[in-house]
Amino acid sequence: MTTDQATPAVPDRSRTGRPPEARRRPLGALGLLLGTTAVLVVLALCSVAVGSRPIPLDEVVTTLRDRSAADPHLEAIIWGVRLPRTLLGLCVGAALGLSGALMQGLTRNPLADPGLLGVSAGGALGVSIGVGVFGVSALYGYIWFAFAGALLASVVVYLLGSLGRGGSTPVKIALAGVAVTFLLNSLTYVIVLRSPEALNRYRFWAAGSLAGPDGNTVLAVLPFVCAGAVLAIATAPALNSLALGDDVAAALGRRVRWVRLQGVLAVTLLAGAAVAVAGPIVFVGLVVPHVARLVTGPDHRWLLPFSMVLAPALLLLADVVGRVVARPSEVGVGIVAAFLGGPFFIALVRRRRLAEL
Amino acid sequence: MSLLALSRRPGRITFRLAAVSGVLRPRLLLSCVALAALTLVVCCVGIATGDYPMSPRDVLPALVGAGDPGQVFIVRELRLPRALVAVLAGAAFAVSGGIFQTITRNPLASPDMIGINAGAATAVVAGIVLGGGGLRLPPLGLAGGLATAGLIYLLAWRRGTTGYRIILVGIAMAWMCSSATDYLLTRAQLTEAQSALGWLVGNINGRGWESVRPLGVAVAVLLPVALLLGRWTRTLHLGDEVARGLGTPVQLARLCLLLVGVALVAFATASTGPVLFVALAAPQIAQRLAGLSAPPLLTAALTGALMVAASDLLARWIIPDADLPVGVVTGALGAAFLLWLLVRTNRAGSGG
Repeated sequence: MTTDQATPAVPDRSRTGRPPEARRRPLGALGLLLGTTAVLVVLALCSVAVGSRPIPLDEVVTTLRDRSAADPHLEAIIWGVRLPRTLLGLCVGAALGLSGALMQGLTRNPLADPGLLGVSAGGALGVSIGVGVFGVSALYGYIWFAFAGALLASVVVYLLGSLGRGGSTPVKIALAGVAVTFLLNSLTYVIVLRSPEALNRYRFWAAGSLAGPDGNTVLAVLPFVCAGAVLAIATAPALNSLALGDDVAAALGRRVRWVRLQGVLAVTLLAGAAVAVAGPIVFVGLVVPHVARLVTGPDHRWLLPFSMVLAPALLLLADVVGRVVARPSEVGVGIVAAFLGGPFFIALVRRRRLAEL
Repeated sequence: MSLLALSRRPGRITFRLAAVSGVLRPRLLLSCVALAALTLVVCCVGIATGDYPMSPRDVLPALVGAGDPGQVFIVRELRLPRALVAVLAGAAFAVSGGIFQTITRNPLASPDMIGINAGAATAVVAGIVLGGGGLRLPPLGLAGGLATAGLIYLLAWRRGTTGYRIILVGIAMAWMCSSATDYLLTRAQLTEAQSALGWLVGNINGRGWESVRPLGVAVAVLLPVALLLGRWTRTLHLGDEVARGLGTPVQLARLCLLLVGVALVAFATASTGPVLFVALAAPQIAQRLAGLSAPPLLTAALTGALMVAASDLLARWIIPDADLPVGVVTGALGAAFLLWLLVRTNRAGSGG
């Protein structure tokens, strides 16, 4: 594992000096990446087809290809309801997977997930303030409150984690994240317990759901997710150096503080957007990078794209399962994701010897 | 040879009393006495506060039955149970947190984090939402907490357990349980969701003697056991290999300590709900007050008792008529404390 981590950090970029398996891996990984993308496309089509009114796959494809020629009833379901939902699932999934992989790389902690920066707790407080204090009742009016809360929380966590001697260390960021999460949760509970309306919104938001967006919601989060994704992918080579420890990364010429700041910014944008529209979906960001790492090894230049493709696949699968298991009502995608990811995570913990904290 | 022998070496005082010997730590003793005195004062003020205001000085006489019969009734029947629940639950949470932090050697490992509270919460919320209010909640919470702990231990077992694997499996269980709780909350009526959430934060409003008795018996039995097992916690804190080398039966010790810790937290959660953060913060505060390298359990118990009692008083002072759940205040106080700790700490990579 250590030698694998060291490979990308070697400044000599010529391919001649590398062991054969290091040269072979990118091709195999590229094939797997394409394969995973194909699975993702199939899952996306399924996500459009499955629901309280099942639509055969061929009709889905025809309606998607030519909107005007389709049965108006089908057109309304597919273009009005299921396509926005699927697209939102893709956006949110990609954001969660990327931010999870990034967070684990930044904190060098296999247990890190996007929620660790206080993003979920900040979003929850934002929702409860929006509904309970400002009386926002529009279905997606409180997205912006959630986003602002998530942004603010992660900035506070980062600043608190950088206080004291030695600047921001992974352990301090993790501890600051836990403390801020507890503090924000307390405030959320105060508001929610005093306002039944806020509680009503909060409990559905907290379950995590992709249900009910329109095209505008997708368009609203897309810029944040894209900006975050570009920032995230750009940090990948630096993350490889950071994996060797702060001192080694600095000796290799990385500006460690800047890398960490850039990474935190990317996580904030990605996870903040995801939390705002879909609620706190904790497990995807934690589990997906572990699965991706089984395939790619620790090279972040492959790990990040893989997580970005794998996470929406898991999320769409969870969403489809959630729609099917409790017909005619639904189970929130966050809940299904936790119950799909939880046993997997436990199996992983039992099988592998993870690095100790 | 005298019965009690004291000897001073540089930096420490050792004592020998018949067959028992040990190190006398003045700072540890002093902090225990100070915490106990403060807890007593806070409880008296807490008992004196309410719709029928009394002087805190009248509380102690009323407790032993002297003074105005009306006051005696109010103190003994209405307000004493609440104060006792606060003290007992705080002590139970803190001791169990101290045990978990010692055996996992991680200051972030507390019953809040590794799913025991979450399991109890899921059982209770299921009782509120599915049972329609006819079920008694404390036994449900107890069963939920114990079942989750058993499941975590079994899943973490693979040729023995390690503290680290227990934490990881516990975190996964905590997530699954809290997801189940979230799902149940979305299925509930709004009023049911309100009462469930009020319980989830940790609440000691309106507790009577029926909540004190099971909790009191549990603490009276389990706290001495925990203190007796303290010998093992001190060696386990040095790591599995060192502990084994020192002659500690590592797996047995860990199982016993886990059983005690889980039972304490399960009984406390059953009567008050999962009061946020006490189990995590109290042992850490106690450790720093006593100036030791591991959380001392008795000091932790007193710190926890003081934390919950003081938070309850504070909650009633901040918003007098709202019945603010005590967990909200302990959460805010505990977070502030952890942040202070974070700014002060300068050990890198030690987890706090």
